Amino acid sequence: MSLITENNFREPGKRYFRAFTPGDDFYEALIETHRDLTDEQSAEVNARLILLLANHIGDIAVLRQAMALAREGV
Amino acid sequence: MLSTYKYPKFDYVKPPELDAPDSVSRRPVVVVGAGPVGLGTAIDLAIQGVPVLLLDDDDTVSVGSRGVCYAKRALEVLDRLGCGDEIVDKGVSWNVGRTFFREEEVYNFNLCPQPDHHRPGMINLQQYYLEEYMVARAGQLDNVELRWRNKVVSVSQDGATATLKVETPDGFYTLETDWLVVADGARSPIRHMLGLDIEGRVFMDRFLIADVVMKADFPAERWFWFDPPFHRGQSVLLHRQADNVWRIDFQLGWNVDPEEEKKPEKVIPRIKAMLGDERDFDLEWVSVYTFQCRRMNDFRSGRIFFVGDAAHQVSPFGARGANSGFQDHDNLAWKLKLVIDGKAPDALLDTYSEERTFGADENLLNSTRSTDFITPKSKTSLTFRNAVLGLARQHPFARALVNSGRLSVPCYLTESRLNTADEDDFDGDMVPGAPMDDAPLTTACGAQWLLGVLGNRFQLLYFADDAGAIDPKVAADLAGLNDAAIAVEALVVAPTGAAPAGLKTLTDVKGLIKERYDAQPGTVYLVRPDQHVVYRARRFEPAKVAAAVAKATCNA
Repeated sequence: MSLITENNFREPGKRYFRAFTPGDDFYEALIETHRDLTDEQSAEVNARLILLLANHIGDIAVLRQAMALAREGV
Repeated sequence: MLSTYKYPKFDYVKPPELDAPDSVSRRPVVVVGAGPVGLGTAIDLAIQGVPVLLLDDDDTVSVGSRGVCYAKRALEVLDRLGCGDEIVDKGVSWNVGRTFFREEEVYNFNLCPQPDHHRPGMINLQQYYLEEYMVARAGQLDNVELRWRNKVVSVSQDGATATLKVETPDGFYTLETDWLVVADGARSPIRHMLGLDIEGRVFMDRFLIADVVMKADFPAERWFWFDPPFHRGQSVLLHRQADNVWRIDFQLGWNVDPEEEKKPEKVIPRIKAMLGDERDFDLEWVSVYTFQCRRMNDFRSGRIFFVGDAAHQVSPFGARGANSGFQDHDNLAWKLKLVIDGKAPDALLDTYSEERTFGADENLLNSTRSTDFITPKSKTSLTFRNAVLGLARQHPFARALVNSGRLSVPCYLTESRLNTADEDDFDGDMVPGAPMDDAPLTTACGAQWLLGVLGNRFQLLYFADDAGAIDPKVAADLAGLNDAAIAVEALVVAPTGAAPAGLKTLTDVKGLIKERYDAQPGTVYLVRPDQHVVYRARRFEPAKVAAAVAKATCNA
């Protein structure tokens, strides 16, 4: 399995009529997670979030791909 | 004064009420505000047979650079009103939007990737032209009376009547009306007179609008920049309008002096930096705006309905303002007509507010999300925003997250109590509550469009393989739908053949109606007068169609 970079957001049980809706649902939730936090607190939340998601993905080959892409051009 | 447009001046005529002060004239419907949505309401009611008095406190069209983008759905409504062609012909049609981050393009979209729809995804047209064409259309209708320089100064209502006091250059008069539709704009004086609340958020941002006249060979596309080199840290939006007028929106941030920013010596260098060359242009209009995202709790108050900006306001990213206003009157007019005719109970009018607050919430959600993406509220939000833009050039998932405005599309009224739930299986999106997809067809009158033959009454699409081979009993039942108290016009959709006498045939020349509606022979779709699906089934059963009509009109 390799890293998915196509649009992959969806929520079980939800029907979408517009292609942009699931991604926007996610993005709003992400920004909302940081609401009222200081920059330091947000950095901490982001680190935890990455660790939680990385464990969920589990496949270290996929994670290495993601880490390499994330560094590109930074 | 604009160099490309001369504002018409409409004649004020002394209302006859002023010469008969002892009697109070009474109307079935009065509409207040001759902007796009008030005009649309008046025309819509009039073509459905309801006489309308339309009052406006001014005597010309919209001044300056305001509404620009009119979406496919609004154009389809304007087609139904009988003024779509003039507006589309004058406007600049476009489907493609490009988004730039700093120096490079990161993403583009096509609003109408599917061919064989009558109208484009969007047109750009200065609001004054739109209103001028709509005023002309209203003038063609005997049952619209438009009174300029008639300003409503007070409103009251009881269970049976709304009463207005109107100020004119010749004095005041009083009017009574069965129903009042309020389309008096975002500041809505009538909403204030009635003490009705509107709640939401003010966004701490300002935008500079500049209209410039220039000859430019940029394509007819929407261009949006995040953090461009010519306007660091902010966003810029470019639209081409009619008459070689280009509309540019510069985000300014909150801590600027709007009066200072409007000065030509401030504006012209900004535009020059953006154009990046020495081309000539004339500055036609400059203003600074702020916006709010808010809506009224209920769009109905007794005998009074609120439509357009008077009822709801959104951020401009997504062109969901005027476009959603057209959907308001699209929803209200047929319901009001049925209630006035005594064919539906008052409860049907409550569904106007139910359905359109649902639509307004969708517009508020999408435009607020766009605004939060365009103007991040914290350092972390900005980091995420720029990370999305940085990934977007290479990765499709990030392109889908880029939000420079989710452009106006009609609402799926899936939660409406007017719908009859599916009992049969269908693929695709034409569910009960869906705004209908267009498709080409031919009729006895030649090549037409599906949405061109639908509207203003209930209709039933009946799909067949050969319109000429319909069972006589089915044909008689289809024709019989027209004799019901709420008439339903049956339309036979088939790739070939002509339906028996008394039934209209829609020849599905490309098979696209069948495809887009996932139809099989015998499939039926019941269509509301505003071109929304309200019931569908794999088999035509007259009793079920009658029950669905009853449900769709609160007669069940």
